[in-house]
This record gives sequence, structure tokens and C-alpha cells, in this order.
Amino acid sequence: MKIVISSQGNTLDSMVDPRFGRAAQFILYDTETEKFEVLSNQQSLNATQGAGIKAAETLSGRGAEALITGHCGPNAFQTLSAAGIAIYIGADGLTVAQAIDKFKAGELRTAQAPDVKGHWQ
Amino acid sequence: MIIAIASGKGGTGKTTIATNLAMCLQKPVRLLDCDVEEPNCHIFLNPDLDGGERATLPVPVIDEGLCNNCGECGRICQFNAIVSLKTKPLVFPALCHGCGGCMRVCPTGAISEEGREIGTVETGTSGHIEFVQGRLDVGQAQSPPLIRAVKRHIAEEGVTIIDCPPGTSCPVIAALKGCDYAVLVTESTPFGLHDLKLAVATVRLLHLDFGVVINRATPHDVMVREYCKKERIPVLLEIPDDRRVAEAYSRGKLIVEAVPELRESFERLCCAIISRIQHRDAAPIPCAGTTPGVS
Repeated sequence: MKIVISSQGNTLDSMVDPRFGRAAQFILYDTETEKFEVLSNQQSLNATQGAGIKAAETLSGRGAEALITGHCGPNAFQTLSAAGIAIYIGADGLTVAQAIDKFKAGELRTAQAPDVKGHWQ
Repeated sequence: MIIAIASGKGGTGKTTIATNLAMCLQKPVRLLDCDVEEPNCHIFLNPDLDGGERATLPVPVIDEGLCNNCGECGRICQFNAIVSLKTKPLVFPALCHGCGGCMRVCPTGAISEEGREIGTVETGTSGHIEFVQGRLDVGQAQSPPLIRAVKRHIAEEGVTIIDCPPGTSCPVIAALKGCDYAVLVTESTPFGLHDLKLAVATVRLLHLDFGVVINRATPHDVMVREYCKKERIPVLLEIPDDRRVAEAYSRGKLIVEAVPELRESFERLCCAIISRIQHRDAAPIPCAGTTPGVS
């Protein structure tokens, strides 16, 4: 299963980035092979608006099935949901590796709704 | 003849200049309050406003029966307002700038447009002044489409004065585009000068002829005067730092009525601007090729 973690750095020791749309980068992790790669989030970081939508589109294009992040706003939530990507929030304060372990142990909660407000609503 | 009143820094006196200038100009004169996030010219002019017309922005609507999930609409959108994840596109109307690009590139004709209401354009009169203002709905993030709706009321004859929003971003560009002359209102403070420089850079990019009005001027604050001299920018008027001006303003009165000797100053300002525009028309400057900002 391919999961994506929003990350402040490009290793498994990096801290989870609490932001989704404007995360510094993403770690794409394969739970079967236990290998990972770093995905740039530059397009969203450069976007004047709709960063969460753009980031969700990027993840969808890379075949992600689940996302682990800190918070998720309404537009990102809607786009991720349409792409069929499960959303796990509240992972801020953890390293990427810790977040992956908690995901595997079933200790992360799925978001049933956006947990923060949008910037334009 | 279209005269824009802009500033850079907020609170320098754009509305004061716009309303008093309008009062001193002869009929026909029209004042458009394009500071649609907080229009306040009406406070000084007390126009009898009509109910207003709703202004809308065209946003895409998808006919899912025609859509083939090709994703072209999402690829052209620079505002992430429409996205296709190999599925029917998702539309985020609040992010859409109404450019129509998605509709144009859609190969199956699945996209049409509907109007999303963003604000109201109100018209009225105040004495000899024809008055128009935009009022952006609370919660709306985009004012340029409403500013353009207000500007559709530019008069064909006589003088139209446009009270611009503060700053130098998209709303100001939308208000300034197509004007014949810009009056940049500043105050002789470090903040005033700092933002005046940004405003000067903006109007120069737009190839607009312009001059400066210094508000709350005192003899010892020389930095704006020195800057204008160095940059060869005409200082059209200095409004003295006078308590009577502040009192009139705080009561919603026009200063040309409260401080009679300033009426003459404003009449000279009218003449200076109009002769400058007429002089310019005799030897036209090149039009702007590209303009900054997207909206």
C-alpha cells in the first residue's frame, strides 16, 4: 500500500509537516517494500491559492492510497476524498518514521471531516 | 476623462481628495467608489442610492453527461479552481477568477458558465455629482470583478473620478487600468513615503501619467517633497495639517465647505490635472503593453 506523509524534511527522521497543502515536501512510502521516495510539493508551494487542491492532485497522480498529516482543510478534504485517498490527521509532533509505525499499528485516526477552516470561506 | 485617486498606503486621504475634487468640478462629473471592500465616499456625499444591481462572476458548471474526464480544464486553470482526478472535475467556485479558460479548452463542450454573486453596484446622485459605488459581499475574497463592474459606469462625457482601493495589488490595478491620470495621495511620514514609492512604481508600470498630493503637510516634513523633486514628480497640492480639516472629516463634512480657503486649492488642483491630461492628449504617450498582476 502506498501512503504519503507530509514532511518537513526528506528523510524518515524528519518531522511531520502539520500543513498539508503547503507542506515542505511529501514522503511516499510503500508499506510492502518499506521503501520511500521524496515528492516535491513545489507546485503547491508556488500556488497563489488552492495549494491543498493541487497537492491532492499530485498525490492522486502518484497512486497514493492514504495520507498522514497534521491538519486538513475543506478543499483539500474534498479533493482527497474524490481521489479515494484516506486521510489521517493529528500526526504533527511525530517524525515520519513514528507516524508510519503508528499507521501500521492502527493508532492514527481517520478524518471524517476537515479539521481546520479554509482560507477563502 | 478619467482621473484615478490612489495611494499605496491606506488612510492617506484618497476619499478626501476624490470627494472634494468631485465637488469642485463642473457638471458633468461622476464619482466611482472602487474601494469596494469598504466604500466610504457616500459618508461625505450622502447620495440618494438606488437598490443597486447584483454583480456576478462567471464560474464553470460541468455537464457530466458530456465530460470525458480528459483533465484539460484542470491543466489550464492557474487558480486550482477546477481539478480532474481522472474523474468528473471538481469545481471550487470561491477560487475561480472567471477567466473562462476551462470552458474554452474543453474538447467536448461540457463546460458552461453561471454567475456567482459577489457584490452590488449602487448608483445615485449627490447635488451635481453622479455617484456609483461597489459593495463587495462579506466573505468574498475577490474584488477586481466587482471593480470592473463599477467601472462599466465610466461616463462618456465630462470627468469620471475613481476612488481606488489602497495598496498596489490586483484590486488597485483593476481600478487604475484605462485611467487618463493618477493622483497619488500620501502623507509626509516614513510609511507614507515608503508606500508612495510602491505606488509610483505601479503607475509607471501601467504607463500612467501621475502627480502627488501631500496630505497633513507641515513645513518641516520635507522627505516626500525631496523625493518628488528628485524623481521629477509634480506635487499637485499640499493640504496643511490643520485641525479644521480633521474636524470636518470626523463629522463627515467636505473640507472645501468647512475650510473655505482650501476650496481655491482644490479648484487649482482640478485645473492642473485637466490641463495636464489635455496636454498629454496632444502628444500621446505609448500604451502599456503588459500590465502587472492577475485578477
